[in-house]
Amino acid sequence: MAKLVVNGQPQAVDVEDEMPLLWVLRDTLGLTGTKYGCGLGQCGACTVMIGKDAVRACTVTVGDVAGPVTTIEGLSPDRSHHVQQAWLALQVPQCGYCQPGFIMAAAALFQRSPKPTEAEAIEALTNICRCGTYARIRQAVRILAKA
Amino acid sequence: MAARLDRRAVLKLGAGSAAGLVLGFHLPARLGAQEIAENGAQGNGFGPFLNAWLRISPDETVTLVIDRSEMGQGVYTSLPMLLAEELGCDWRRIRVVAAPADPIYRNLFLVHELLTKGEDIGDAADWFVRRLSRVVGQQVTGGSSSVRGAFKPLRTAGAAAREMLVTTAARRFGVAREECTVEAGEVRHAPSERKLSFGALAAEAALLEPPRRPPLKPASAWRLIGKSVPRLDLPSKIDGSAIFGIDVRLPDMLFAAIAMPPVFGGKLKRYDSTAVLKRRGVSAVVPLPDGVAVVADNTWRAQAALAELAPEWDDGGNAAVSSETIEATLRDALAGSGRTAEAAGDPAKELSGAARRVSADYELPYLAHATMEPMNATARIGADGIDIWIPTQVQEAVQKAAAEAADISTAKVRVHTTYLGGGFGRRLEADLAAQAVRLAKAVGKPVQAIWSREEDTTHDFYRPATAARLEAGLDAEGRLVAWRQTNACPSIMARVFPAATWLEVDQTAVEGATRMPYAIANRRIAHVQRDFHVPVGFWRSVGHSQNAFFKESFVDELAAAAGTDPLAFRRRLLAQAPRDLAVLELAAEKAGWGDALPPGRGRGIALHTSFGSIVAQVAEVTVSADGVSVERIVAAVDCGIVVNPDTLRAQIEGGIVFGLTAALYGRISIEKGRVAERHFDDYPMVRLGETPEIEVHVIASDQAPGGAGEPAVPPVAPAIANAIYAATGKRLRRLPVAGQPLTT
Repeated sequence: MAKLVVNGQPQAVDVEDEMPLLWVLRDTLGLTGTKYGCGLGQCGACTVMIGKDAVRACTVTVGDVAGPVTTIEGLSPDRSHHVQQAWLALQVPQCGYCQPGFIMAAAALFQRSPKPTEAEAIEALTNICRCGTYARIRQAVRILAKA
Repeated sequence: MAARLDRRAVLKLGAGSAAGLVLGFHLPARLGAQEIAENGAQGNGFGPFLNAWLRISPDETVTLVIDRSEMGQGVYTSLPMLLAEELGCDWRRIRVVAAPADPIYRNLFLVHELLTKGEDIGDAADWFVRRLSRVVGQQVTGGSSSVRGAFKPLRTAGAAAREMLVTTAARRFGVAREECTVEAGEVRHAPSERKLSFGALAAEAALLEPPRRPPLKPASAWRLIGKSVPRLDLPSKIDGSAIFGIDVRLPDMLFAAIAMPPVFGGKLKRYDSTAVLKRRGVSAVVPLPDGVAVVADNTWRAQAALAELAPEWDDGGNAAVSSETIEATLRDALAGSGRTAEAAGDPAKELSGAARRVSADYELPYLAHATMEPMNATARIGADGIDIWIPTQVQEAVQKAAAEAADISTAKVRVHTTYLGGGFGRRLEADLAAQAVRLAKAVGKPVQAIWSREEDTTHDFYRPATAARLEAGLDAEGRLVAWRQTNACPSIMARVFPAATWLEVDQTAVEGATRMPYAIANRRIAHVQRDFHVPVGFWRSVGHSQNAFFKESFVDELAAAAGTDPLAFRRRLLAQAPRDLAVLELAAEKAGWGDALPPGRGRGIALHTSFGSIVAQVAEVTVSADGVSVERIVAAVDCGIVVNPDTLRAQIEGGIVFGLTAALYGRISIEKGRVAERHFDDYPMVRLGETPEIEVHVIASDQAPGGAGEPAVPPVAPAIANAIYAATGKRLRRLPVAGQPLTT
């Protein structure tokens, strides 16, 4: 029985310790905002925060989770997080599948470094967006970094 | 395309129904209207409805059933805009739901374009093609056709509903309808300062005969069309609440991981499920006609069990095929004359008599779609038929595949289209539907079938590998007098719609090579068909993505041979194509064409028309010991009337990145009959750090709307290859760029 705190709620989940956090979130807890893209930590679609760190939930087993988990559903109650607001203002998403992961990665970046340089942003935001929304993501990051 | 409203399309709801006015509207086809009238009025949401319809409920909600899939291109906003423009409703009251599968939703525009190749074929032939379209058409989101196809029909539908509401209000006011105006969901009578809301009028308005040809607003009166209306679906896409196929959750549902023969055409040989069935959460191991699945109560448990299952495969007869053998076959095929797709003048004679003759062979590899949401479908079988939730571009094909898999009638299959986590043509295939249905049937519970990334990459329907030979003749003044192009590649249409290749060349192999904007008196475009065991399919912009590379690279080579600037060379060929020329000039001007660049930098230009839109791009690259860095891409677009300018720009930006990934990295290779690439490490995607600065410049136009989703893809690769040539003198005749030496 693994004990987690997800979006502020304590959760006891009866799963194997080696199950990746991604599948506990999606299939056990029903938090489907965190997406499966590759299962190898290559695409970032499953990015969540553990504590203050952006983590690819497919690469961390539930037994290894040490800290409270924040998913896209828990980032804000009303889409009011400044990253979400910037994403809306610039109409960033296209299909939207990768965006929860991107938003979580960006939220972690701005929490750690409120005024990131372009290089920092590129290093932190290595997620894949197949629709190619990068130009708007870059613009959103530039605006947030100046705010 | 004339839109017409049909009496049978109107569903009248009994007194006491909360549904209010339900107005069906559709393209000329009337297939299924009677069934819709019978089933749709029950409001169950999943019966055979009309092509599209709107409903105004007493609480003022305007519901629009959208018959095109939302895969990021913004149709859940642009199509409602067309409707609301004429209806005059309150935009904030619009609600969008996905259409079910029904022949009424067939994409007649797309099939009409396919059959006529977009040409004016005369009234009589056009009438026949329209009739034929209804029969051979399919419910499809593709071909950058959604706004193009809906532009008149949806506005007509909105206008007809408006007229009915106005007539009803005028009757209640006891005034002439000409004295009434429509504003924000209300019919107003200014002289008496009275007004009635749509919701209050809808039930009575539904009893009226809908006008067949309601007046449409002149463009000067548009309030929504041409405005950057924020997308209706985006709030759900920044908080995790948007439901993609993979997010569907049903009571008691199970999850399935699937393995398929690694060599296409192979078969399952044997597996031992003893150990796997003892694993926690695993409920079944199910053989499928195209593989084997493990069904479990959790996706990871299914995937982990499948890995342990390690099924053995019979590779069949294709295990010796490789990229090398395929490419050699295609190269050899270039010697053949092939089937003629387009011919004019006497290119053979002009080539032999030309002052300067240039020829070049090009090659492009197979490409995978790599949607971020892996292939999936969720099926539930009940006493009353099958429900299937699927991110699809082809609802009718899904319905048919599901029905065949369960051996029931298509009428008993209800298709629920979720959001698509990318489509790009991959979701024009219905392969997942049959798998999900077979698994649900085998285990007696709802099943979500999910492919792993590996299965997704290795079992795609790939953009065909293609070899091309281009030959041209220049006269003594460097003018282009003859052009010959032969493409050797597999045929997509031979697989999906063989009849399309009986009488003529597979258009997907030559589109974009034919109907060039450049004035060349003597030309021949031909296709030599060579099919392999690797499945081929529609990849964003389809044949245009290859032919733009061949054509625009070769034009650049000709400019160099003629000693002329590439922009000037193209300009001279476009005297008879003012729209194309204007787009080219705009891209060049905004990019600073001709301005000096530092050493190692180069600019390349490309121009291509596809799906009714003209796009020119100028790429600026830096070539160094580290490789190629694409610094900037400036795009100019003429796509006629623009419904939602911000969505259009987003599609152009995204199309550029899609084309960039293909140009820089895209290659699916075949080894021992199977796809060698499996993940994003060996099939890489452009990421934020490699994204150039992108500028999009749109030409204002009152011409018919063009497509948006695909036309930005084709010019990217040649613009980059031409820029690399400008920077280094090295001409790339193969892609991807990665891995090729760039010094001369």
